[in-house]
Parts: sequence; C-alpha cells; structure tokens
Amino acid sequence: MLEIKNLCVDLEEEDKTILKGVDLKIGEGEVHAIMGPNGSGKSTTSYVLAGKDGYEVTAGSATLFGEDILELDPEERAAAGLFLAFQYPVEILGVGNMTFLRTAVNSQRKARGEDELSAAEFLKEVRAKAKSLKIDADMLKRPVNVGFSGGEKKRNEILQMAMLEPKMCVLDETDSGLDVDAMKLVAEGVNALRDGKRSFLVITHYQRLLDHIKPDVVHIMADGKIVKSGGPELALEVENNGYADILAEVA
Amino acid sequence: MIYANRKPIKKTAYVMPDVALPTGGAWITEARKAALASASEYGMPQKRDEYWKYTDPTTLTSDAPTPAAIFDNKEERLFDDVDRVKVFFVDGIYNAEMSDPLDLAGVEIETLETAGQADIHWASALYGVLETNGQRPVPRPLAALNTATATQGLVIRATGKAAKPVSFIYLHQDENSDATIHHTIKLEAGADLTILENGPAAARCNMVMEVDVADNASFHHVRAQGRDHERRAVTHIFARLGKESSFKSFTLTVNGVLTRNEAIIEFKGDDAHATVAGACAGDGTFHHDDTVFITHDAVNCESRQVYKKVLRSGAVGVFQGKILVQPGAQKTDGYQISQGLLLDDNSTFQAKPELEIYADDVACSHGSTVGAIDETALFYLTSRGIPHGTAQDMLTLAFLGEAIEEIEDETLSETIRARLERWMARRQG
Repeated sequence: MLEIKNLCVDLEEEDKTILKGVDLKIGEGEVHAIMGPNGSGKSTTSYVLAGKDGYEVTAGSATLFGEDILELDPEERAAAGLFLAFQYPVEILGVGNMTFLRTAVNSQRKARGEDELSAAEFLKEVRAKAKSLKIDADMLKRPVNVGFSGGEKKRNEILQMAMLEPKMCVLDETDSGLDVDAMKLVAEGVNALRDGKRSFLVITHYQRLLDHIKPDVVHIMADGKIVKSGGPELALEVENNGYADILAEVA
Repeated sequence: MIYANRKPIKKTAYVMPDVALPTGGAWITEARKAALASASEYGMPQKRDEYWKYTDPTTLTSDAPTPAAIFDNKEERLFDDVDRVKVFFVDGIYNAEMSDPLDLAGVEIETLETAGQADIHWASALYGVLETNGQRPVPRPLAALNTATATQGLVIRATGKAAKPVSFIYLHQDENSDATIHHTIKLEAGADLTILENGPAAARCNMVMEVDVADNASFHHVRAQGRDHERRAVTHIFARLGKESSFKSFTLTVNGVLTRNEAIIEFKGDDAHATVAGACAGDGTFHHDDTVFITHDAVNCESRQVYKKVLRSGAVGVFQGKILVQPGAQKTDGYQISQGLLLDDNSTFQAKPELEIYADDVACSHGSTVGAIDETALFYLTSRGIPHGTAQDMLTLAFLGEAIEEIEDETLSETIRARLERWMARRQG
C-alpha cells in the first residue's frame, strides 16, 4: 500500500538534512509503528507524507498504491486515501467543527467522483461516530479544536479519521498529552477502524500506546533512518532498555 | 469641551464646484445655505490633506463622475427573505412605484423632497445639525456639500418599536449617474428601529445619514454596499446617542473601485452603547477606507469598532479610527480592532488607530494587525482533503466572521454570512 524508498529530506529554511534515506513498506491491513528518540525524523516523515510545506525531498520516493504522492497537493493525497492524525491538532477560530468535517468529507467524495453526502446523511453518520468516541454535540458545534482539552483534540482527530475513512492512516504521537483513560479511548477508536484492509503507521515515543494498538511491525528510527525493524517485542525492548542499547548495537 | 472653540483646519487653497442650491421650503433652504457656506470654507478634500492621506479623493470631488459599468451579478437581492418596508432608489432617485407605501406603525416616513417643501419641519432640528457638529475637529467637506445639495433621501421619525426594518435598496442603471442622498433619522425615547441598505446606488454616490438616538432608544443598521466593480462611494454616518441608548451599524463591502465610509458618533447621554463594524473583501483596483471618529462626552458609555478587510491582487484597505474621550467622560470603555488579511504580496492595509483621552478613569484599547493567511491552519484543512481555494475561503470567512458577529440580529448576520459564502463559492467555480 505505502512504500517509501530511500527518502531523503532537507528542511528548506535551515538547509538541514532531516531524513537520510528512509525505507518502509506497509502492506494492506498492516499496522506498523515507528519509534525513536527525539529528533530522529519521525514527525518529519509524517509531515512529508501528508505534504506540509517547508521540506525539500532531495532523493527517494513515496508511493501509495503505486502512485507517487510526493508530487500531489495535500488535498489530493487525502483524496487518494492518506490521513495524518496530527500531534498538535490546529485550532481554527471561526470555522465550526461540523462545517469543517462536512466540507472535508464531501470534498474528498467529490474528488473521487462520488456523490456528496446530504446534510441528513452526514449528520446521522457523524452523530453515531462521535458518540462512540464520547464526543458530545457541543464539541461538534464549537470551532475546530478551539477550547478543546488535549484529549478532546486527539479524539477529534480520530473522529475525522472515522468520517473520512482513509486507506492509510498515519498517527503522529497521538498518545502525547493523553492520560491513560484518554489513550485507551483513542486506541479503541483506532482499533474500531482496523478492518483488515486499512493500514496504519503509528509514530510514538512509548510502548504504552502499542499495548492498545497492536503493531505487526515495529521500526526504530534514528538520525533520519530506520535502523532496525522487528516484531512487537522490539517495542518492549525499547521500553525496558531505552534506545541507547539498540543504537549502540546498530552503530 | 475639547475642540469646541477650535477653528477647523483651513485649506491653503481649495476647490469648490459651482453649486446651485435646490429649491425648497424655508427650513431646508436655510440648512442648505449654511452647509454650502461651510463646504466653501473648508474646500473640497485633496490628496495632500492629512485626513485623505491614504485615499485619493479626486474622483469623489470631480465635476462629473467617472462612468461605472452596470454589473449584473445574477444574484437574488439581499434581504429578499426579510419582511421589511422596501424603499427603492434608482441611480439615487426615489422610485415610488417600486417602493412599498411609506407606512409602518410607530414610524413616520417621508421623502426629503416632501419634507423639504414644508416651511417648518421637525427635521430642521436634525438635518445638517449632526453633520455640522461632526465637522470639528476634522472638516468633512463632502458631507457638508451633501447637506447643501441633496434632494433625495428619507426623513424618518420612530416613536416606538418598529415591527419591521425599513430597507433602502439602491439600484444602479445609468453608467454616468451621480447620486446625492441624505437620510435624516430620529429615534424618539425608547424607540427601536432597524435600517437595511443594499445596492450600488450609482456610478458615484455621496451619502449622508444623520441618526439621532434619544434616551433608551435602539438603532440597528446593516448595510451591504453594492458589488458593481466600478462604482464609487463616499458615505458619512453621523450619530448622536442619548442616555442608555444603543447604536449598532455593520457594513459589508465586496467590490467597488472606491469606497470611503465615515462614521462619526457622539455620546451625549450616559450609559449608552455604540458598535460600528465592517467586513470587506476586495480585489485588484478595490480601495476601501473606513474612517471612524467616536467622541465620548458622557459617563459610562461603551464603544466598539471592529473592522476586518481581506485584500488581494493589489487591493488597498484603509482604517482611520479615533476615540476621543472628553474631560469628565469617566468609565468610558472604548474598544477598537482593525485587521487586514493580505492574500498576496501586492495588497496593502493601512491603519491609523488613535486614542485621545482627557479623563482618568477609562478603559480604552486598540489593536491593529496585518497578516497573511495562517499556513498551519491551511495545511490542516487541506490535509483533510479540502481544496486549497476552499480552505482559504473558509479561513477568510472565519476572519470576516468576527465583524459579522457584531450584527445583533442572528437572521441578518446569517444572511450576510451566507451571501459571502456563496460569493466565494462562485469564485471558486
């Protein structure tokens, strides 16, 4: 589904190399996790995939279903089935959450040549999905993420994911800033979307989240590269011994 | 009172068009003569005047208007779904056939033409009076010229709560039309009146509205200036506020090559409230100037100025806003915000916020910002599949929304918002 080959990325403004040849292949229905110390390039990977400005791809490729997504605008990547759950969801004053969700859903449907959802259909769906994530009507009415707690913001990300039904979900440190209960709720939301076809790339510092969202493959990223890949046991190793041992081992 | 004895700034040289006063009854002739004398003394505004530093008045003072092509936007007219008394002006001339009868319970409505025929009229205590008061400390010669020459407009006196708004609809049919309209509106104590205005009016329009809001009265004003690309307009709203009264005015401006909207508001009674707000969006040759002068001369009054401008492709936005707090006007709460959103590098927003305070127990704040669209928010929206243009529109509308929210009536604010939304959607194609 998603294939990243030798991805090399510079930060445009600082002329600094962040990614130094990332290779990653995620098959249909698979859940991969990327772990790694601060500054290893985890979040950059997610931003480059989603199409954020400010990064220059100097080499390599990223394809979704064989299509080069690095050439696409962010909205085209989204319509192609890519979704990034933000580490820091953006607050947007003056744009209602509901309006935002509906515009997003219908923009994607339109881009794919599908019929737009009617107001009634949309409302029915969003209410049901919001309920399972314990998002109340008030949160739907409020401006996007404005005045939301850390947990509410992350739940709102998962709600967007549930509404947009992407094929490839990238979760950037979705566990950051969450207490145990909130993390469980978010993880349940994610697990509900696991249907054997949809794929996930879960970026996290900690093993905790992976207790709830069980990965098939765990990658360790350091200094802009994936330095080690393995099964879920790799995450436990990190939890117990930290990154130092692994990094020393691969150095 | 500060300024009361100060002479208006005299021009070193001035131009004054040859003006023949219209004929009318005794009271209005007297008002016109006085206004003409003032206008002659001040001279017409010129580019070098400090007050016109950011807006070139040449095309507003020229003998003939610059022709403006008629623009048919194929939209249904604004406020069509609002129950109201419709009064039509075609190229600045009142059209009785198109208009509803001037009947509304609790409100007397007549045309300036009719009122001007009488020798004695209550309007003599108002017509040109607030305009004259508003000439100090800064002269507003185009308003004086309007008082001297206007034959069109309405004279309205509200004695109670009006059951529905009075709506002025300004049609533009002649490419060379030059309109001068003067509305005189008096709200008696406790009255409540809403005035709606929409349409381009003429190739060039000089409009004055004088509003006297007596104690405990409430005045609401929602205006959408017509979208004809080439129209020009200079408008002045002069308001005087009595005790515990309320004045709220909102203006939407989309397109029009030149607009200068002045609001001159004076608090004369304690515990009153005034809001003036504006949202504008313009492209290319669009030039839009909001000039506000609020004088607090009473205790415990609150004023709000909220102005938002979205500009692109070389459009220019101007804001000059002043709060003057007179000695003794304690507990004044003055708020002013003006913000420009520039959608590209070619557009300009000029802001000149001013506070002048002669009382010691007041809270006045002002803020002025200019910036580009928030790229982080834009990325967030596009990453959800919302096309770049649509996302930009959503953020633009959110930005203007803060001014639109100043409209008290929710139906009217929704009408304005929906109009902007549709306009933006059409531009996206």
